[in-house]
Amino acid sequence: MLVTAPARAATRPLFDQLHDWITTVDHKRLGILYIGYALVFLVIGGIEATIMRIQLAIPHNHFVSPQVFNRMFTMHGTTMIFFVAMPVVFGFANYLAPLMVGARDMAFPRLNAFSFWMSALGGIILYFSFFGGSGLYGAGSAPDVGWFAYAPLTAQAFSPGHSTDYWTIGLLVSGVGSIGTALNIVATILCMRCPGMTLGRMPMFAWLNLVMAGLVLVVVSPLTAAQIMLMLDRYLGAHFFDTQAGGSAVIWMHFFWIFGHPEVYVLVIPAFAFLSEIVPVFSRKAIFGYSIMVAATLTIGFLSLGVWAHHMFTIGMTSYGNAFFVGSTMAISVPTGIKIFNWLGTMWGGKIIFKTPMLFCIGFLFQFLIAGLTGIMLAAAPFNWQLSGSYFVVAHFHYVIVGGILFALFGAFYYWFPKMMGKMLDETLGKWHFWLFVIGFHLTFDFMHIPGILGMPRRIYTYEPGRGWETLNIIVSIGVVFQAAAILIFVFNMIWSYFKGKAAGNDPWDAWTLEWATASPPPDYNFATIPAVRSRRPLWDLKHPEDPDWKYE
Amino acid sequence: MLCIGWAGMAMAAPGGDPAVPSIFSPASTPADSVYHLSLFVLEVCFLIFIVVFGLLAYSVVKFRRRPDDDGREPAQIYGSNQVELAWTVIPILIVVVLFLATARVIHAVEDFRFPPNTTEITAVGHQFWWEFQYPQQGFITANELHVPVSDVKTPTPTHITLLSADTDHSFWVPILAGKTDLIPNRTNSMWIDPHETGVYVGQCAQYCGTQHAKMLLRVIVQSREDFNRWLAEQQRPAENADNVAKGRQVFETTACVNCHTVAGTNAHGKFGPDLTHLMSRGTIAAGAALNSRENLRQWIKDPEVFKPGSLMPAMQLDDQDLNAVTDYLLSLH
Amino acid sequence: MPLSHEHRGHVGMWCLIIAESAIFTIFVVAYLYYAGKSLGPTPREVLDLPIFISICLISSSFTIHMAERAIARDKTRLFGIWWLVTIVLGAIFLVGTGREWYHLIYKDGVTISSSLFGTTFYSLVGLHASHVIIGLTGLSTIMILTLLGYVKQEHAPRIEVFGMYWHFVDAVWIVVFTVVYVITR
Repeated sequence: MLVTAPARAATRPLFDQLHDWITTVDHKRLGILYIGYALVFLVIGGIEATIMRIQLAIPHNHFVSPQVFNRMFTMHGTTMIFFVAMPVVFGFANYLAPLMVGARDMAFPRLNAFSFWMSALGGIILYFSFFGGSGLYGAGSAPDVGWFAYAPLTAQAFSPGHSTDYWTIGLLVSGVGSIGTALNIVATILCMRCPGMTLGRMPMFAWLNLVMAGLVLVVVSPLTAAQIMLMLDRYLGAHFFDTQAGGSAVIWMHFFWIFGHPEVYVLVIPAFAFLSEIVPVFSRKAIFGYSIMVAATLTIGFLSLGVWAHHMFTIGMTSYGNAFFVGSTMAISVPTGIKIFNWLGTMWGGKIIFKTPMLFCIGFLFQFLIAGLTGIMLAAAPFNWQLSGSYFVVAHFHYVIVGGILFALFGAFYYWFPKMMGKMLDETLGKWHFWLFVIGFHLTFDFMHIPGILGMPRRIYTYEPGRGWETLNIIVSIGVVFQAAAILIFVFNMIWSYFKGKAAGNDPWDAWTLEWATASPPPDYNFATIPAVRSRRPLWDLKHPEDPDWKYE
Repeated sequence: MLCIGWAGMAMAAPGGDPAVPSIFSPASTPADSVYHLSLFVLEVCFLIFIVVFGLLAYSVVKFRRRPDDDGREPAQIYGSNQVELAWTVIPILIVVVLFLATARVIHAVEDFRFPPNTTEITAVGHQFWWEFQYPQQGFITANELHVPVSDVKTPTPTHITLLSADTDHSFWVPILAGKTDLIPNRTNSMWIDPHETGVYVGQCAQYCGTQHAKMLLRVIVQSREDFNRWLAEQQRPAENADNVAKGRQVFETTACVNCHTVAGTNAHGKFGPDLTHLMSRGTIAAGAALNSRENLRQWIKDPEVFKPGSLMPAMQLDDQDLNAVTDYLLSLH
Repeated sequence: MPLSHEHRGHVGMWCLIIAESAIFTIFVVAYLYYAGKSLGPTPREVLDLPIFISICLISSSFTIHMAERAIARDKTRLFGIWWLVTIVLGAIFLVGTGREWYHLIYKDGVTISSSLFGTTFYSLVGLHASHVIIGLTGLSTIMILTLLGYVKQEHAPRIEVFGMYWHFVDAVWIVVFTVVYVITR
C-alpha cells in the first residue's frame, strides 16, 4: 500500500506541459488549478480592499471618486466570495477527497474539468467588465451595485449600461461550475470509497465536504434563479423586481439571502474540515466526539437553510417574522459552538506541537469564537436594528471569513503543500507569516467594530469628520500594511519552497489519513493498489498494530 | 478584542456627545430598549467568551508538547457522553434565555400602540435626499426633520411612515432608534420619542447608488413651543420679496421648476427637494454642505463639486442669472 | 444500501435533480407570491386547462419506462419503438405549449412584460419547456445512436440515468400544472 515517489520524468517542452494542464482531467491537477486561480484573485481582491482603506483613512479623502469606490466594494466582495473562497474550497476538496476515500479520481473526471473551466470563465467575464461595462458615463466599468446587488438598484433604470450584466452573467456561469463540482464531490464520496470505508469510517474532511457539496446543490440554484429573473427584467421587460410596475424589491432579498446565508456555511464548513484534520494530528489525539461532530455538521447544514432573513431584520417584517429568525439564528449557534468544544476536547490531554499549520488553527479557534459571539449579538434583532448596515457587520463577517476561514486555509496550505508539491514550506517564514497576519488582522478587524457602534454605515466612499470615526479608520487602514506584508511572505514561501524546500516524503507530519499513504506528490493513479481500511485512522492502525483504532470504534 | 469593545462603549456612555451618533447613547425609547437588550446580550457573550477563551488558552499552554517528551502518543480519548451532553444542554439554555429577552423587545418596539397626540410624518427616500411630509399640517420639507421633544411621563412620540421613490434606503439616527429601511412599493413604519432637545445626526444606511454616502440626516428635536412655531412657519406660502423678482423669474423660467416645488408659485416639481423654506435649513444637498451664499451658488453652478454623481444637473446659467437665482433662494425663509 | 462505483451515474443525476428542483422552486415561489397581485387579464380569463398535452407528457414517462425495461432485456428494436413514442409525446407537448403561447400573445396580449402574471407565467412555464427541449435533444441523440446500431444492452444503466432526467421533467410539470392551472387560476 505504501508507495514511493516515481523517478522524475525528463522535462517536456513548455507547450506540451501547458497543454497537459489545460486538458487535464486529473483531480489533483484540477485542484491545483482551482487553488492557483483563487490565489491570484486573493491578491486582486486584496488590492481592491487596500484602495478602499486608503480612501477611508481620512474623512473627505479624494484618493478615488465615489464611482470607483463603489465598484471597489462590489468587486472586492464578489471576487472574494466567488473567485477566491469558493474555488479554493473546491480545489482542496478536489485534491484531497478522492485520496482520503482511497479512490483513483473523482467520479466524473471530465465533468470536473468542465466545472473548473466554467468557474474560471465566470471570473474572466466579471473582470472583463472593467473594460467592457459601459456604465452610466460611457466608460467601461465594473459593477457598482454591491455584492448582493439589491433590487431595484440593479434595474435598467438605475443601472444602465452593462456593468450589472457582467456581475449577473459572470456569477451565473461560475454557478454552473459550482453545481458540477458539488455533484462530483457527492458522487465521489458516496460511491467511490475504498473497501471497508463505511460512512462511519470516513475522515471528517470527507463528511464535511459532503455536507458542503449538498448545500451547494440546494443553495446556488436560488441565486441562479434570481439572476435569470434579473436578466429577464433588464432585457425582456419582465417585472420580477420592478417596483415601478408592482414588482417587489423584498423578494430579491429573500431569494438572494436564501442563497447568501447558506453560502457562508459552504465556505466555513470546509474550514471546519481543515481544523478537524489538522488539530488531531498536531495534538497527537483522535478527534474528540467524531459522531457528534458529524451530527453537528449535518444539523448546521439543515439549520442554515432556515436563518436567511436575519440579513433582513431592518426591512420591516412583522414581529413574528423577526422573532422566528432570531430563534433559528440563535439555534444554529449551538451545533457551531459544539464544534469548538470538540476541537478543544481534542487538544485537551494531548501533546500540542506548534508547527505553522497548528498555529493558524489555534488562531482560528480564538477568532472564530469571537466571530460567533458577535454573530449572536447580531442575531438579537433589536440590536441588529442598530448594527446592521454598519461597520460592525463588516467587522463581524470579516472576522469569520478572514479570522476564521482564511486562517484555517493558511493552516491547510502549510499542512498539505508538502503532499501536493513534495516539499516542505519553510517554518521560519511560516511563523513570520502567521504573526504579521495576526497583528494586521487584529488591528484592522478588532477596531473596525467600533465605528459601527458609533454609527458609521457601510458602503460609503467617505464620511463626515467630527463623528468620532477618524482615528479608528486610520488604525483599521494601518492593519492592511501588516496583512499585505504577511501575504507577500506567504507567496514568497510557496515559490521558494517549491524549488528549494526540504523534501517532504510520504508522511512528514506522522498523520493518519490515506493521503499520507502515498507519495508526495501522489502518482497519477494515486495508489498502486486500492487500500482496504478497518477504522477511521488507517495509518494509525498500521503504525500501532498493538493498539489499533478498530478495537475501540 | 472585547476589551476594545468595552473601551468603545465607555467612550460613548449614555448622555454622551450627540454629534457622535453612538448606539450606546440612546435618547429615545426605541434606542433605549435596544440599548438595554444589548447590554444583556453583551454580558452573556462576555461570560461565554471568558469561559471558552480561558479553556482554550489553558489547553494551549498546559497540553503543549514538552522538550523532554518521551515520544509516545498520549491516551486516545474518542469522546465522552456526559461532557458532550453538558456542552449541548447549557448552550441550548443560554439560547432560550437570549431568545425570550429578544422577543420581548421586538414586540415592545414593533407592536407599540400610538397615543392620540402622536406626530405623523411620512419620509420618502430619494436618490440622494430625504423628503419629509407633515400630513397633519399639510406641508412638505426636505432633509432636516423637526420633531417635538417627548416627556417621559406623558409621551408625545413621532410616528414616521417610510416610503421610497426609487431604490432602497434606510433611516438611521442611532441615538434615537434602530434603522428601518425605505423600500419602493412597500410601506414601512418606525417611531421615536426623543427625551431631550438637540440636533441628532445620522445618514442613509442602505446602499442606494453613487451618493449614498452623502445622504445625511439631521433630526432637530425641539420643545413643544419651538416646534409649533416651526410648524407655523413651514405652513406659510413662500416669501415673495420684490428685490429678488429677477431671480424668481430666472427660477420659474428655467428647468428648476421641473424638479422643485416652491409653494404658492408655479414651481410644482417633485423630483427634487421642496425649496419653499430652504433658508430654514442649516445644510443643503442632504448635508453635503452648509447652507451659505457661496455654497448655494456653487451647488447650483455645479453640484458635482459637493456631490459627484448627484442627480441634479449643472444648470449652465451665466453669472448674472446665477447670482439672481441665488439671491432668490436666499430669500426663501 | 451500500453505494458503490456503478451507482455514481444515478447519484450524480439525483444531485442534478436536486439542484434543478431548487431553481424551479424559486420560480414557483415567485409565481405564488405574485398570484392575485397582477393587473391586466387574470389567469382564469386567458388560461385553458392543457389536458391533452399534459396527458401526453405524463404518458411519456410510462413509455420511457417501458423503453428502459426493453433495453435491459436486450430487446433493442422494442426499445427503439418505445423511445420514438416518447419523443413524439414530448414533441406534442411542446407544440401544444407553443400554440397556447401564440394564443396568449396575439389574441390576449399577455407577454412577459405586459403584467406580473405574464412575467411569472412565461418564466415558469418557459423554464419547464426549456428543460423539455433539452430532454428532447438528448432523446433524439440517443434515437440516432440507436438507429445507427450503437446502443446495446450494456448501456441500459446509462439509459436509466437519462430516464431519471425525463421523469424529473414530468414531475416538475405536475407541480407547474397544479400551481398554475389549478390552484391559482
